[in-house]
Amino acid sequence: MNILTLLVLIPVLTMIGVLFTKDYKGARLVSAIGMGVELIATVYLVLAYLAARKTGMMHEMLFTSDFIWYPSLNIHFAFGVDGIAVAMIGLTSIVIFAGIFASWELQFLTKEFFVSLILLVTAVYGFFISLDLFTMFLFYELALIPMYLLIGLWGTGPKEKSAMKLTLMLMAGSALIMVGILGLYYNSAPGGGPLTFNIIEISKINIPVAAQRFFFPFAFIGFGILGALFPFHTWSPDGHASAPTAVSMLHAGVLMKLGGYGCFRVAMFLMPQAAKEMAWIFIILTTISVVYGAFSAIWQNDLKFINAYSSVSHCGLVIFALLMMNQTAMDGAILQMISHGLMTALFFALIGMIYGRTHTRDIREMGGLMKVIPFLAVVYMIAGFASLGLPGLSGFVAEMTVFVGSFQHQDIFHRVVTVIVASSIVITAVYILKVVGMLLLGPLKDQHHAHLEDAKWYEKLSTVTLVLAVAAIGIAPLWLSDTIVASLKPIVTRLATVIPF
Amino acid sequence: MTGYTYTIFIILIPLVMFLVTGLLGMKWKPIVSGILGTIGMGIAWTLSLITAGSYFFGTHGAEGFQAIIPFEIKWLQFTETLIIKMGILLDPISVMMLVVVTTISFMVHIYSLGYMKGEGGFARFYSFLSLFTFAMLGLVIATNIFQMYIFWELVGVSSFLLIGFYYQKPSAVAAAKKAFIVTRFADLGFLIGILILSFVTGTFDFAKLTEPGTTIFASAASMSFMGISAMTWAMTLMFIGGAGKSAMFPLHIWLPDAMEGPTPVSALIHAATMVVAGVFLVARMFPVIHFQAPATQEIIAYVGGFTSLFAAVIAITQYDIKRILAFSTLSQLGYMMLSLGVSGYGGEEGLGYMASMFHLFTHAMFKALLFLGAGSIIHAVHSNLMQDMGGLRKYLPITHITFLIACLAISGIPPFAGFFSKDEILVAALEHNKLLFAVEYIVAGLTAFYMFRLYFGVFWGKDQHYHHTPHESPMTMAIPLMFLAFMSIFSGFLPFHNLITSDKMGFETHTDLMVAIPSVLIGVLGIAMAWILYKKESVVPAKMAKSWGILYTATYNKFYFDEIYLFVTRKIIFNYISRPIAWFDRHIIDAFMVGIGLVTEKVSYQIKGMQSGQLQHYAFAFVAGTLAIALSMIYLLM
Amino acid sequence: MIQGIPLEHFLIVSTIMFFIGVCGFIIRRNLITMLMAIELILNSVNINFVVFNRYLYPDQLQGQFFSLFVVGIAAAEASVAIALIINIYRNMKNIEVENVNEMKY
Repeated sequence: MNILTLLVLIPVLTMIGVLFTKDYKGARLVSAIGMGVELIATVYLVLAYLAARKTGMMHEMLFTSDFIWYPSLNIHFAFGVDGIAVAMIGLTSIVIFAGIFASWELQFLTKEFFVSLILLVTAVYGFFISLDLFTMFLFYELALIPMYLLIGLWGTGPKEKSAMKLTLMLMAGSALIMVGILGLYYNSAPGGGPLTFNIIEISKINIPVAAQRFFFPFAFIGFGILGALFPFHTWSPDGHASAPTAVSMLHAGVLMKLGGYGCFRVAMFLMPQAAKEMAWIFIILTTISVVYGAFSAIWQNDLKFINAYSSVSHCGLVIFALLMMNQTAMDGAILQMISHGLMTALFFALIGMIYGRTHTRDIREMGGLMKVIPFLAVVYMIAGFASLGLPGLSGFVAEMTVFVGSFQHQDIFHRVVTVIVASSIVITAVYILKVVGMLLLGPLKDQHHAHLEDAKWYEKLSTVTLVLAVAAIGIAPLWLSDTIVASLKPIVTRLATVIPF
Repeated sequence: MTGYTYTIFIILIPLVMFLVTGLLGMKWKPIVSGILGTIGMGIAWTLSLITAGSYFFGTHGAEGFQAIIPFEIKWLQFTETLIIKMGILLDPISVMMLVVVTTISFMVHIYSLGYMKGEGGFARFYSFLSLFTFAMLGLVIATNIFQMYIFWELVGVSSFLLIGFYYQKPSAVAAAKKAFIVTRFADLGFLIGILILSFVTGTFDFAKLTEPGTTIFASAASMSFMGISAMTWAMTLMFIGGAGKSAMFPLHIWLPDAMEGPTPVSALIHAATMVVAGVFLVARMFPVIHFQAPATQEIIAYVGGFTSLFAAVIAITQYDIKRILAFSTLSQLGYMMLSLGVSGYGGEEGLGYMASMFHLFTHAMFKALLFLGAGSIIHAVHSNLMQDMGGLRKYLPITHITFLIACLAISGIPPFAGFFSKDEILVAALEHNKLLFAVEYIVAGLTAFYMFRLYFGVFWGKDQHYHHTPHESPMTMAIPLMFLAFMSIFSGFLPFHNLITSDKMGFETHTDLMVAIPSVLIGVLGIAMAWILYKKESVVPAKMAKSWGILYTATYNKFYFDEIYLFVTRKIIFNYISRPIAWFDRHIIDAFMVGIGLVTEKVSYQIKGMQSGQLQHYAFAFVAGTLAIALSMIYLLM
Repeated sequence: MIQGIPLEHFLIVSTIMFFIGVCGFIIRRNLITMLMAIELILNSVNINFVVFNRYLYPDQLQGQFFSLFVVGIAAAEASVAIALIINIYRNMKNIEVENVNEMKY
């Protein structure tokens, strides 16, 4: 059986398994086993992929398979992965594995919760392995629906409102994507012949320039909304603040990456001329996004808000780097996606755990937690250091690749914005240290917190998994970077060879 | 030339110690971590000495000391030419720094066994010390600018962790944050400098950058931005990075506050090793700065000169003994920067470069000694303030003697180490810039004055009534003091001019009596002034302070730089940038998005009115519509 | 030609009937009257069917058949409608169309 089919099949089977469990213990056990198997399958996929590349398989996509689904519109189930998709799948597996353990104690409608969560993940896997625009879109939509339920039912605070806002804004984005995809479809055979949704086939032809100009903004902004592109990022603070822990982790860690991934795989890869022509608009928007998100984070007091704005800043960097359109910067963008996915998941997991103990997320009401819950506090500091780009952790590798790559542009505009964006590392340090200082260090502020319990085994498992992943990328980034670069070659070549007008 | 592979252990041992004591330390008795760390450091120290011995005194060719890279791996590849490698570069300055870092670190490890005894987090302390040592060693042996930047950041974070070691003390936390953010801000300059440099030259490697007669800067000449050449930008920005770490004016504000950390940490990080990283960076890039960006070199000289004067003036008025030492560190770092700033390249011209490295070495020894001595005093008195001390010479004989040696060394009294290195700096300054020479000359006097003010105030003066009799420190603390005192006396006789020079070729120096005699005299004058004012308790200093009035207050408050920075960060950045942006996001952008939703809802209410549910209305609309279409069709067809 | 009556005359009659029906349907509020108006509309259409059949294809009968279907369906519709109206009357004690808004919101 194709390994990719397996990746989608395992979560589906897990969902069915969860349906047959009796109580919350059974549900979480089945989910954990299912996602553990999924993680092993992912490791196998990574190894198989690297081995296949080593034997010299030079195709753009590996492990491909193709079923016709709806012949009259030429819709296929076309699967396949390249290095970037493999990396994103790895990210997803790690985050969901940690996410299951982070929601280990959830006891309200547990079965339904895990089913929705795994449904969401199934859709994410489907999205990353799709080579067909239509099925890609299908999975994209599928990922959004459970999100509404997960936030609306299991969230905290003004959860219904936030869920509504998040879903509606993302739905608006997907409407734009729909237009973009249909535009691609109807222009996919400029010389006559059957129309196609297949990404690889479309990438081999040139969509008429007029059509590109019209449809590129639709696809790019559509995906950009999910990637927290300024000014369409406002779903993120509310949504993340209200979502339950595992959902925040998954949403910030993986779902926001769908946006970035779609931006380059669909919008930029398939409409390169328009991308080149309009890049400057979005570069300005993302530059604002990066600096603005970081500044906003300084003034927040809610841990989740801080993190949501920090996500806006970091995800802005992803799209910023993508738009630089050279190999190094795009490599940095993918690294940043993975790095941000891991560390933001770690952050949200920790925030959930701290909230579960102190019942507040307001940093003004907490202080000196280092003494009380040293394990969680130390991990929080590691996450913070990763976020502000400490060498040896993943954030540094990603940010430096982005900065060096972006600065290689001959054009002065690109270099100036790079410098502006680079200044965000200082602002990031400010808000991270502010949080660390107020939350963890100093004397204990609230005596009720004096007897909190430190992390339990499942919380340790959840956070240590993420920390190890963050550190692994930070210490030995070369293999990951090389894998990504190899897969970026066709995309970069295509972007480089088009003639800008 | 591959005989140096073992040098990799010099940096791996501290790393392993960090991981071992960090992860397992809490399970053991605290002292185990300390001893383990100390033994590890001892091995690293021995290896460094072996390296230095065989590098400097082994065989080397007629072309001077060559750079050796015994180990290098690819870490991350950006483009074909821009590759971050992790490696070890052995050349005169890095070997010297290896010795400095491991020596001081080893001494501090031993010292802390006594000093930190019984403190909570003993294992954590040793683990952070190992982390710092690892990072600092990685920094000095970096083969390329990016590796240096990586370890530069690690050094910054370990400094943050160690300053904030007493994390339950709000002032320590604030100081740690301040140190990190200020240096981080400077690091941004460093980073942008690296970006520009790599853009212009297409390489990170020091070997390629500093090669004599290299052509990689050929394309740089035509590049400029805002009327200033690309290389000047790059080097100036890089210097900002160095200035941040080395606490040059105006980025000096974090260093005095950093004294909130445990005293051994201050000795190791904030006196002897980390703060000289900026000087080391400038020395490392020296050929590039000297040939490609002469304007930057000017800046370096003046910043260094100003900082040394500025800090010396402030040091006179302080009462916290660690802060006095911190300002004295600033002042001495200013000397080193200035010396690099006035140096030429090659042979006798490169005197400033040699002098700077020489001073770095001797300063590390006597400043570490001063801090460890201060630690010993604080250990005995349980206070940092000079007002609480006096007459301690009877209680702390070892500390007293070693402290005196260090004070003499820093004041530049022969034959102590500081005299030789400071003298070379003054000679170099005299040759290139008379103004700066004059400044340094005054600073030499000020240094002697404030150091002896400290010395007399602590060890002589009025005998305080101590709660319990101060007692001499244990042997673990005394041995490092004695060793460093030995170094402070004799390290001045090391033949630096043969070993560490700008073009790696030895040259001859001779003591210029025309410079040496006045500088010793002004040192003695400073000491004499301090003798008169502070040896016996007297009211003269207080009166003098009063007569200086506002000037004294300003100096005492460090010219209000902390307040200015606080104003800028708290008021301007937090209140006038961050807050409006956060507000803007919630009330404009988010409100706009919510507004779209609300408008849709309102409109739908309006439209709903049309859907009355009255069949007749629909029928009417239907018929009317049909008629309208029919009529328009007829009209069109006619 | 049915005894010299031109086609237009039939059409005029059926059009007048149709619009009387439409007007009745739109204006009247009584459900029974509205039902009657619908019958008028249907019958005007029936006239058209029969007449066009007679005039255009005199030897075919589709139009006439169709009008029979319409009559049949109208009967069925009337019975259902009247059943509904009776029920509405029982529940609400009147059959004014604007008052039947119980299930509107």
